Amino acid sequence: MIQFLQNLGKSTRSSFTKLGRGTFFLLQTLSGIPSVLLRPRLLLNQLYSVGVLSFLIITISGLFVGMVLGLQGYYILSDFGAEATLGVMVAASLVRELGPVVSALLFAGRAGSALTAEIGLMKATEQLSGMEMMAVDPVKRIISPRFLAGCLSMPLLTALFSAIGVIGGQLIGSGLLGVDEGAYWSQMQASIDFQDDIINGVIKSFVFGWVTSWIALFEGYDAIPTSEGVSRATTRTVVNSAFSILGLDFILTALMFGDN
Amino acid sequence: MQHTSTQDTLVGLFVAAGIAGLFFLSFQVSNLSSFTQKETYTVTARFENSGGLKVKSPVSAAGVKIGQVSSISFDPKTYQSVVVMQIEAQYDTLPDDTTASVFTAGLLGEQYVSLDPGGSDTFLKNNGSIDITQPAIILEKAIGQFLFKAASEEKSE
Repeated sequence: MIQFLQNLGKSTRSSFTKLGRGTFFLLQTLSGIPSVLLRPRLLLNQLYSVGVLSFLIITISGLFVGMVLGLQGYYILSDFGAEATLGVMVAASLVRELGPVVSALLFAGRAGSALTAEIGLMKATEQLSGMEMMAVDPVKRIISPRFLAGCLSMPLLTALFSAIGVIGGQLIGSGLLGVDEGAYWSQMQASIDFQDDIINGVIKSFVFGWVTSWIALFEGYDAIPTSEGVSRATTRTVVNSAFSILGLDFILTALMFGDN
Repeated sequence: MQHTSTQDTLVGLFVAAGIAGLFFLSFQVSNLSSFTQKETYTVTARFENSGGLKVKSPVSAAGVKIGQVSSISFDPKTYQSVVVMQIEAQYDTLPDDTTASVFTAGLLGEQYVSLDPGGSDTFLKNNGSIDITQPAIILEKAIGQFLFKAASEEKSE
């Protein structure tokens, strides 16, 4: 019993210690951002590996999510004779929830895990300590560009996801199932608000990009420098990112869409 | 060198595609293109009952949307609902004896304000008010009245 309590206390304490280290790491990363702007080449390389390489999975998933929404929405709405509002349903669910959340989850799986593995291996092969030996700050040189690239590419990827999803919904809805194309777009435009829906979606995706990159980079930086440690850190990245994205999404939705 | 320049191109394409996606969402999916930037003037109407009217509900004349509701409040002195509407500036020739009514689009659709122009020669101005209003029809009330009427007719026979 005492053993159990001791373990409980130890694990609680170590999780708080980790949170503290993570916060400190985040502050260090943020303070390294100005020096990234002096070396845009580093940022560009990371935008390529974080953003461009996630492009394909995001667009294809967006297309299929939109098509599924079109199909399911049509079957449900046609029960009420309200097929014309299919566009509203597809666009609202994509722009408000599915776009930011699903692309953040995909981003965590595609780019977050890669970042953790990369940083973790750099640590395991002592490249990071090598840099410190050469008086190069690894946080400024390695971490900050990746963090900034993640924060910047997430809103872009989400916008692409939602836009392609809406087009996918239209392909299925009016191409296959016979919803009027004009009604699809005009009902959508009448109900989706620029500020309430689009801007809030962008804010959400920026927050998710921030959190996912933070978790991925910190897990890599904090990994035990062995092959097993890196593999565990990669798993933790995906699991913790998924938890934080879904939890934060609930909080952000309650804050943003609470009053209407 | 070749490698980095193709990488640059791809990053450029990616950023351009993302921004294009944002533009698409703003102009094709949302109402940005249709409303926000237009100049409007304000008109107030007092209703006995504004029913399910909401902020941003459409204001229409002859079935065409010409504005939207910007605020709804309760007047504690007259016990009326005060509905403030923003009407597009280009439609500035509404007579001052215009009637405002709250209608429902379709059987279960959203509620909107319908303006029926009168015959006066003077027009509504900014911050003007519409005096002739018709309250929203509450379905329960209408059904209740109908049942009451049917019952009383049965009795009298």
